[in-house]
Amino acid sequence: MDIASYLVFFSVVAGIYAITTLGLNLQWGFTGMMNVGVVGFFGVGAYAAGLLTGPDYPDSLGGLGLPPVIGYLGAMLASGIVAFIVGLLTIRLRHDFLAVATFGIAVCIQMLAMNLKPLTRGFDGMHSLPRPFASMAATPFLSNLYFLIMVLAIGGALLWALERLVRSPWGRVLRAIREDEEASAALGKYAISYRLQTFVLGSMLMGLSGALYASFMGFISPQDLLPIFTFQIFVMLIVGGSGNNFGAVVGAVVIWALWTLSETVLAAFLPPELERQASAIRVVFVGLILVLMLLYRPQGLLAERRNISASPASTSEKT
Amino acid sequence: MMQLLVDGIVAASFITLGVIGLSMVFNILNFPSFAQGDQITTGAYMALAIATLFGSAGSAGGLSVGWCVIIALPCAIVLNSLLALGIDRAIYRQLRLRGASRISMIMASFGVSLMLRNVIVMFAGQDPHFFTFDIQPALRFWGIRIAVNELIVVGVTIVLVLCLHLFLSRTTLGKSMRAVAENPSLARVNGIDVDRVIRWTWIIGTGLATVAGVLLGFTVQLHPFMGFELLLPMFAALIVGGMTNIYGVLLGALLIGLVEGLTVEYLAPEYRQAAPFAAIILVLLFKPHGIFGEKA
Repeated sequence: MDIASYLVFFSVVAGIYAITTLGLNLQWGFTGMMNVGVVGFFGVGAYAAGLLTGPDYPDSLGGLGLPPVIGYLGAMLASGIVAFIVGLLTIRLRHDFLAVATFGIAVCIQMLAMNLKPLTRGFDGMHSLPRPFASMAATPFLSNLYFLIMVLAIGGALLWALERLVRSPWGRVLRAIREDEEASAALGKYAISYRLQTFVLGSMLMGLSGALYASFMGFISPQDLLPIFTFQIFVMLIVGGSGNNFGAVVGAVVIWALWTLSETVLAAFLPPELERQASAIRVVFVGLILVLMLLYRPQGLLAERRNISASPASTSEKT
Repeated sequence: MMQLLVDGIVAASFITLGVIGLSMVFNILNFPSFAQGDQITTGAYMALAIATLFGSAGSAGGLSVGWCVIIALPCAIVLNSLLALGIDRAIYRQLRLRGASRISMIMASFGVSLMLRNVIVMFAGQDPHFFTFDIQPALRFWGIRIAVNELIVVGVTIVLVLCLHLFLSRTTLGKSMRAVAENPSLARVNGIDVDRVIRWTWIIGTGLATVAGVLLGFTVQLHPFMGFELLLPMFAALIVGGMTNIYGVLLGALLIGLVEGLTVEYLAPEYRQAAPFAAIILVLLFKPHGIFGEKA
């Protein structure tokens, strides 16, 4: 039972990370936009859900106590709006400046979470957020299991929709822009508009995952919005294979597994007073994985599938 | 008002010393290095380790730090540069040889940044450290308060910037660096050893970052995020200054230091990180080549 409940917990978090990674894959994998502010959009979603669904805090705004579903939709809307504004300002930038600008956004969003006390409650964060299924299920285990089923359903639906999307003419334009912006512009595809669409769509997925995280943990604070989160998501995508939706999901599960496994291993070998050192060792370990992947298998575990339209010559060869 | 100017110049000094390396790597190796901030931190902690090794004691002149730091600084510069060269050999060079994209380089530097910061946490912990617990004497000129340490910070920065100017304009190596930044293949055809230029890029950039770290350590404190917190202001200085022109970047650093000072004074200290970010966005929107940059 203990192992089962741990597995459920593990899978829920892996599923939430997979949704974040799918959002990043849309931006980076398919369109080549480097968003170094993943944690910012995750945070906007988490706090939006907290404000909509949370209990009425005496000393701050929000706490509307709405049902979690409204929280999830509101989170996507909030992240989408923030991404739209940010996108309008930054989408024209060269890739490396977009990286710097989105990095700045994440820093500013964490700063707001820490300091805008009437809205975010500062360092204390938002606690006792309602967990869906808590009243329906007899035990916490069952409620976690229901949550897992919900996350899997949402993740599966997203995966299906994204696979359809990237295979559609719209998805082909994205890859064309990534490979050669000028050539696609010459064909009348206005890159900026497509990039803005993906930026908003990807950020909405990040916001949704933030809301799921907040409602699963029942708690969100600035401590959840550290730059390391962005890094983890990037490692998940690079290890899994950027440009491949299944790769994004595999990467999220593999890296989250290594992350939790290394925690268990280090906890077994290191004395408890070295806990901080242990978490530092894990970050270094994940950093090494990233660098080794970039060097030796830049395409990731699952490489992007080549979508080459059948040319008349190759079809005639086959027949 | 004058006090604000002085505080801004002190803040700008740290940004200046850090951004030189950032700008050199950006122009010669062609990517914005997210690890530059943490290389400031490693420099400061290396100096601290060496200073503790020799046993910190006494005070050197008006400085609130012992002679140990004076000895520790050059050692830390050498060690930190060696570390940077090692990282370049093990990671960035391998990526260059494989023809990796600029985005892979940025990602790798993001990884290096986190690894360096966490190696520091592993050895020194999360808590702040100090070179000294002495109270820093402050001087007053016409009602402006400035600590002796801060005066040293500004003085050292001015001297180093002058040295950098002489190096870039007078020496062969400096001129080859500018040539490689301008056009690497043309420089190579003309017989410039590009690998040597890259080595010196890291040595000079990291050396100055180490000075920034040590100065920051003895005017404020050492903590694992000290350099990372300088990263956004450094990027802002780079972009405001127009990326390619080192003198523009130095003016950018001064401007960002002053803007940060204004934010702390008139808005709220907890929002100081917003100032460089706003500067980045405004400049990229209205003057994408930077205020002091030349048109590409």
